[in-house]
Amino acid sequence: MRVLLFGRLGDVAGWRERVFEPAPGSLFALRTLIAGEDPALGEALLAKGVQAAIDKVIVRGDAALAAGAEVAFLAPMSGG
Amino acid sequence: MIRLQTEPFEPGALLTGFCAGRSQTGAVVSFIGLTRGGDIERLELEAYPGFTEAEIGRIAEAARTRFSLHDLMIIHRIGQIAPGEVIVFVATAAAHRREAFEAADHLMDYLKSRAPFWKKEHGPYGARWIEPTERDHADAARWD
Repeated sequence: MRVLLFGRLGDVAGWRERVFEPAPGSLFALRTLIAGEDPALGEALLAKGVQAAIDKVIVRGDAALAAGAEVAFLAPMSGG
Repeated sequence: MIRLQTEPFEPGALLTGFCAGRSQTGAVVSFIGLTRGGDIERLELEAYPGFTEAEIGRIAEAARTRFSLHDLMIIHRIGQIAPGEVIVFVATAAAHRREAFEAADHLMDYLKSRAPFWKKEHGPYGARWIEPTERDHADAARWD
């Protein structure tokens, strides 16, 4: 599973793209896994205005993840 | 046409091309946004490839219907942008000038506040991520 970070989230993590194998089965499980490895990033993912997208579609709340999914965490957007 | 690109571009040639071969269009309006200097040494603009174009596409299609546009063009820089360089080019074509003016104004207000970009200013005292200003939000809300 490919995980992408945008905006300030990439700075917090020190990476902008990473493959997670084996793939967590849900967005909640992915966030929990990330927070266990990197508590600062885990907290940043829960900050106000941060959104998640699965295969380029914004999702709210928890969602199931297919093994080949692309998950993106989007920091608050700046506009153009 | 909607395009994100890392390379600098010359807007005059784009406008000439956009105007060419139109027999039904009575008005073309263009807007060119430049990267403002001052305390900024460079801008860094991040997009989510595929997602950002799709969101801008939705904004563009809504504008096309709302203002009865014949055509529109949005070219946006991403990556590293120096002060004085063109960051965005918008052109609209319509039968009459009012629709073309309003559509360009509307598109820019929406791009400034609702397009999925992440923008970082690099200056002499470091870098910071920026978010739309109150004014940007208020400008976009005029069209609600």
